Amino acid sequence: MNEILRNVVLSESVNQYLVRAPRIAQRRKAGQFVIIRIDERGERIPLTIADADPAQGTITLVVQSVGKSTCQMSELNAGDTLLDVVGPLGAVTPIHQYGTVAVIGGGIGIAPAHPITQALKEAGNTVISILGARNKSLIIMEEEMRRASHEVLICTDDGSYGQKGLVTDALKGLIAAGREINHVYAVGPVIMMKFVSKLTKEHNVPTTVSLNPVMVDGTGMCGGCRVSVGGKTLFACVDGPDFDGHLVDFDELMKRQAFYKEQERRAHEHYKQCHLQEQIKIATNA
Amino acid sequence: MSLPLDTDEIQRLQALKGKARMQIPRQVMPEQKPEDRRVNFREVPFGLDPMSAVVEANRCLQCKKPTCIDGCPVGINIPGFIEHVAAGDFEGAIRTIKETNMLPAICGRVCPQEQQCEKECVLAKKGDPVSIGRLERFAADWERTFGTVEIPPVEAPTGKHVGVVGSGPAGLTAAIDLRRAGHSVTIYEALHAPGGVLMYGIPEFRLPKAIVNAEVEIMQQMGIQIEYNYVIGQIETLDELLERHDAVFLGTGAGLPWFMDLPGENLCGVYSANEYLTRVNLMRAYDFPNCDTPIAISERIAVVGGGNVAMDVARTAIRLGAKEVYLIYRRTEVEMPARVEEVHHAKEEGVIFKMLHNPVRYIGDEHGRVRYVECIRMELGEPDASGRRRPVVVDGSEFMIDVDTVVVAIGNGPNPLVPRTTPGLEVDTKHGTVKTNMNTMRTSKVGVFAGGDIAVGAATVILAMGHGRQAARSINQYLSTGVWEIEALE
Ligand SMILES: Cc1cc2nc3c(=O)[nH]c(=O)nc-3n(C[C@H](O)[C@H](O)[C@H](O)COP(=O)(O)OP(=O)(O)OC[C@H]3O[C@@H](n4cnc5c(N)ncnc54)[C@H](O)[C@@H]3O)c2cc1C
Ligand SMILES: Cc1cc2nc3c(=O)[nH]c(=O)nc-3n(C[C@H](O)[C@H](O)[C@H](O)COP(=O)(O)OP(=O)(O)OC[C@H]3O[C@@H](n4cnc5c(N)ncnc54)[C@H](O)[C@@H]3O)c2cc1C
Ligand code: SF4
Ligand code: SF4
Ligand code: FES
Repeated sequence: MNEILRNVVLSESVNQYLVRAPRIAQRRKAGQFVIIRIDERGERIPLTIADADPAQGTITLVVQSVGKSTCQMSELNAGDTLLDVVGPLGAVTPIHQYGTVAVIGGGIGIAPAHPITQALKEAGNTVISILGARNKSLIIMEEEMRRASHEVLICTDDGSYGQKGLVTDALKGLIAAGREINHVYAVGPVIMMKFVSKLTKEHNVPTTVSLNPVMVDGTGMCGGCRVSVGGKTLFACVDGPDFDGHLVDFDELMKRQAFYKEQERRAHEHYKQCHLQEQIKIATNA
Repeated sequence: MSLPLDTDEIQRLQALKGKARMQIPRQVMPEQKPEDRRVNFREVPFGLDPMSAVVEANRCLQCKKPTCIDGCPVGINIPGFIEHVAAGDFEGAIRTIKETNMLPAICGRVCPQEQQCEKECVLAKKGDPVSIGRLERFAADWERTFGTVEIPPVEAPTGKHVGVVGSGPAGLTAAIDLRRAGHSVTIYEALHAPGGVLMYGIPEFRLPKAIVNAEVEIMQQMGIQIEYNYVIGQIETLDELLERHDAVFLGTGAGLPWFMDLPGENLCGVYSANEYLTRVNLMRAYDFPNCDTPIAISERIAVVGGGNVAMDVARTAIRLGAKEVYLIYRRTEVEMPARVEEVHHAKEEGVIFKMLHNPVRYIGDEHGRVRYVECIRMELGEPDASGRRRPVVVDGSEFMIDVDTVVVAIGNGPNPLVPRTTPGLEVDTKHGTVKTNMNTMRTSKVGVFAGGDIAVGAATVILAMGHGRQAARSINQYLSTGVWEIEALE
């Protein structure tokens, strides 16, 4: 169980993993995630199920290396296993026939946007995907997104690919061009979701965002993942992760996400140190 | 074998008459000094040594009508096991205990004995009761260390398969008894480790995790299967489980943390007790960065609540290095639901008790981290439904406490995940508990039994075990007769 069958580098800091998890592959629906633990000392980290193959019994995870655990994960090879994989967690993204839907994926958020895009298209929507990232190399899963959408717009901060600018600029462009958009789905950095929601609120377009607060258990037991939505406190792991973007308190979420920054930095340093010593040992023994 | 016992002394003690027996003082259980234990997570009490256990056991009068048993939710033969300890026969003692309680090392540590068996001991009326819990713990520890732990015998296979949801004390006990009856048993546990609150909630310094693991090890040797990382209601519904099993026991506990809905409660550094304790116990945040899960670094921390959970959090915070730990409780120490022993330990370790206080809001800094708790003073008014005097606000008495961390430990509600995803499973809408008949442990759904905190709301370990045992008996009956009558549910 939980064997890594493939680990492919998608971009400089993003890897795509194929993991054996037959039951989860059978069961999962768009919007759901797993929580993994790499080893005995590992923390529990949530990762969206980017794709699944029930016949093969595999799930796909697309992970950006941002700190200790995700970097450690990127060093695993085919044949290695993850100690724990629990899921599918979270509520299923409600998929309706809206008409035209703009799916916005920012950076690593493109991965979780993928199954939702697929599901929206399958449900008969016209799907326009807007993919955004800092530069060309960080635009991931473009092929898959093209297959899952009717139309794809790409923007990069530095203009190295697609149009130069932010995803909100692309969305503004669509609206200005008079395209009727019935629903927006946004996944990506909190700051991106915040500004997308601000824009769509001005234009009265209902918007769903997928929130990623720090989690522990993912079953509603700890309350660490709580988010304020419309003045109410909800638990993202069981009540979400999808919420009405016009109601979310994004500023609170950003602060809560940053709470362990200093400790996470220390953990990463510590890991790199240990890792280096390990490498030196191997090198000197060899 | 343990150290040889002083047999002459045992003979002398055994020959004592009632009066003389009552002169024997209650034996002290040695423990780590407060200044030492403040900085480590090791268990606080060392346990009784064999000779003190023998002496303590000889305080028991072997009553004809042992009232102590009435105080034990599982009805352990208390004078029976104590008689063995009194004679130095520890093997016999543990065997007697295990006739009714499979997890004595755990109960001997965490049972609120002073409100149960020891409260009903005749000696309690005139002085100190027999230390029943400590003797139970002693016998179990002795077996684990020196004795041969017997794998309970399993009856011939019945061909029936029972699913147990949750591996807390209720689920573990039900699983053991069901397996003993010859059914095949699979436990489905949401987390990556067994034990429920025993593992993620109750801290190491009160209940070493090795004890829980040792018990689970034995269960696996009995042939009980455990599926970890298996969240019923997500990977599979209860209805689907019923298709694969002849009966299901639901022991999902009360794991839903309550908050007070105060302004600022979502600031960084404000935790539920569950999160705080889970990070430390299950995820070993005390060993950060060797273990990856972080926890707030705190200098001044406020814990809100007055139960065992609040004590556990406060004492954990001390061990994590907090300089000042405030315990904020809206009534007085007398009304506090926590065990006397825990309150005493917390005080010794330096927890500052702020009684008759209640938080009204939390105020944060520019990074969104909590900086102050605004509290209001309370006074006791008329008794309420629980018989305790109701705390009432003293108007205009607000003031600030300077903190960097807050842990809300005001209680937990039943886990809603299974009820939410199971049509036809009746739930008490007020308390969120699964409606259960307290004699048969049956729910409104054919084939589904429940017990422990999911059935009654947050209670105790021994009550959960009692339910697990009762449910197993009832399941056995159901599986042999196939009859399911609709009964009154509570
Ligand atoms: C529902 C959900 C789905 C997610 N899906 C994906 C995904 O598909 N691909 C992907 O690359 N990332 C995803 N994430 C984010 C991912 O969990 C974090 O990047 C990861 O936990 C970082 O761990 P680290 O040790 O490498 O980095 P750290 O240095 O420990 O943390 C970096 C940042 O990641 C966040 N983080 C840290 N620990 C946790 C935690 N336990 N839970 C949640 N966030 C945490 C914090 O904001 C932190 O500042 C998802 C998060 C959530 C909540
Ligand atoms: C911090 C703390 C300290 C305490 N101290 C004491 C004490 O000193 N003495 C005492 O007697 N009592 C104490 N209690 C209370 C006692 O621990 C509980 O009453 C007891 O654990 C209840 O047992 P249970 O088996 O019903 O549930 P739990 O112990 O809560 O176990 C439930 C299990 O079910 C699992 N689960 C939940 N939902 C699902 C699902 N959908 N699918 C699969 N698995 C699921 C959970 O992960 C958990 O492992 C304390 C409680 C806490 C929180
Ligand atoms: S199980 Fe608890 S109540 Fe029963 S005898 Fe032991 S300590 Fe007392
Ligand atoms: S009531 Fe007290 S003295 Fe009497 S049998 Fe029980 S433990 Fe012994
Ligand atoms: S992660 Fe613990 S309640 Fe959501």
